[in-house]
Amino acid sequence: MSQKLGEQVGPYFGQYGGRFVPEPLIAALDQLSQVYEAARKDPKFQEELAELHRTYTGRPSIITEAQRFAAVTGGLRVFLKREDLNHTGSHKINNVMGQALLAKRMGKKRIIAETGAGQHGVASATAAAYFGLDCVVYMGEVDTERQALNVARMKLLGAEVVAVKTGSRTLKDAINEALRDWVANVETTHYLLGTVAGPHPFPTMVRDFHSIIGKESKEQMLELTGELPAAVAACVGGGSNAIGIFHAFLDDPDVQLWGFEAAGDGIDTPMHAATLSRGVPGVLHGAMSYMLQDEDGQTSESHSISAGLDYPGVGPEHSWLKDLGRAQYHGVTDSEAMEAMKLLSQTEGIIPAIETAHALAGIPHLAKILPAGASVLVNLSGRGDKDMETAGRYFGLLGA
Amino acid sequence: MSVQSVLETNKQSGRGTLVGYFPAGYPTVEDSIAAFVALAQNGCDILEVGVPYSDPVMDGLVIQKATEKALENGFKLSQLFEVIRGVREQVDTPMLVMSYYNPVLRYGVERFADELKQAGAQGMITPDLIPDEASKWLESADKHDLDRVFLVAPSSSDERVSANTKASRGFVYSVSTMGITGERAEVDKLAREVAGRVSSIGSAPTCVGVGVSTGAQVRDVNTFADGAIVGTALIAAYESNGLDGLIEKTRELASGLG
Repeated sequence: MSQKLGEQVGPYFGQYGGRFVPEPLIAALDQLSQVYEAARKDPKFQEELAELHRTYTGRPSIITEAQRFAAVTGGLRVFLKREDLNHTGSHKINNVMGQALLAKRMGKKRIIAETGAGQHGVASATAAAYFGLDCVVYMGEVDTERQALNVARMKLLGAEVVAVKTGSRTLKDAINEALRDWVANVETTHYLLGTVAGPHPFPTMVRDFHSIIGKESKEQMLELTGELPAAVAACVGGGSNAIGIFHAFLDDPDVQLWGFEAAGDGIDTPMHAATLSRGVPGVLHGAMSYMLQDEDGQTSESHSISAGLDYPGVGPEHSWLKDLGRAQYHGVTDSEAMEAMKLLSQTEGIIPAIETAHALAGIPHLAKILPAGASVLVNLSGRGDKDMETAGRYFGLLGA
Repeated sequence: MSVQSVLETNKQSGRGTLVGYFPAGYPTVEDSIAAFVALAQNGCDILEVGVPYSDPVMDGLVIQKATEKALENGFKLSQLFEVIRGVREQVDTPMLVMSYYNPVLRYGVERFADELKQAGAQGMITPDLIPDEASKWLESADKHDLDRVFLVAPSSSDERVSANTKASRGFVYSVSTMGITGERAEVDKLAREVAGRVSSIGSAPTCVGVGVSTGAQVRDVNTFADGAIVGTALIAAYESNGLDGLIEKTRELASGLG
């Protein structure tokens, strides 16, 4: 295969990807593919998006070297790509601003979105407010309870939040409900999908919008250290922040790519969300990819302390990278992630999202594999403000 | 009798066709067998046997709740074939399975097709599998001489209407409106247009589903299509009054036939 890995686009990534959705949605996916292809090649669109990122998102995001954290996690050099400093507090805004611009191009006045932790919902509600669009966010009832503050944020931004009460009442069911809404309202509505999963063109398009993370990082790392990092690490739920930072490095074979999945209570228990470590290929939410399912093809319920990683599927490009051996995926338990959250907070003064803490918890693992002093670039994908209630309860910090 | 010959015979006689959906295993395997037999004996010409699935994106709340109940009650995919056999022992009515793709994929497409045929079903309706992605299923359906029913929607381009119609055998499922399954006061006028576009291809009959819930709508749909598909209204009737409710509703729907 002479084609570079970084040039791969959908609908298929090896045997993964595709468009496994009801026929009524195909016309909308075709339209989105066409509009996106045109926008991708249109310098005006690219300039408009770059300008938004400069003046609204807050890009480029900086890199912070975490020296005190590194010293107690095995002696690597740890560099944090600070997506937590973006407007709305996570990487999610990169994709949202891109898709909102596309919605405008398509003349669609209403956007719908799914959300787990609420980060993508907040980012979508933000973009809707900025562009003057109507916005409905679907959120599993379980998640509306554990992420109550983000529900309030979305409502304050003017979005309607619909609690989804069917199925497992989490992210997976929120996506189902968003797809049902889209089937009924496809002419007026853009489905602003928040991760690199779903039917084509979403996995390619969402990746492209997040690939700015890796592009910036690569230049910044060369400037800071004079060389490429030995490894790039990110947490993986649906996989958008991971693909975003991996993509620029796909064709640099000396750079190891590590995705850290939510192992919940442990990957050998039923309570985890380690799709790539423990799943098998199947079709969920419109794409062929690794997924957690039982022997009857029913989707299994995932578990993670982090709502944003609590998803039984994963983007098809990750499945492809796993099979190729280009990226490696490793499970991190709830307790390992929470300890990493606390450690980064207390060594660097940076409170990461619990999702992001999974990537940080992978550092000691990488320290065993990589030579001492090797550089690791970590996508610090989101900040932990939204997780204060969970962390407060977990560590017993509530009340004076 | 094949699905297509039932549709043709009923069209020629001016009767029209009623397709009735019910979930396998709802509320239990035994109950669902009795329900399918009741549908067949009270006016349904074709049975649509729904496979309960954890993520039914094309279905409204009534079907979601019913299939969720079947899964809660322990429905396993192997019991689908038990249901088909149980119904086939009692009635000759053609049966089409309606399944989202992943359960079939996990079971093995070829193995699924083989067992479907052996159990006595005529084919499968695939709500989230478009012909473009269906090469395995097309091959197995051909091998076992099974019908394959694809969807066509108001939003489908002319190219897609043509391709999906040509890929279909048995009939083409014309989605009456842009939306998910559920009762609607009026069957959308889009239904007439969609069914007309399928019919103009001329390679397969078409039945109209989504939103059809009364005898009057069944009559109306049969004036411009080859059959009407009803699901949600049957489940709602079963929920409110059990098998008696289902029988009463089936008769009411069938009163719309000629």
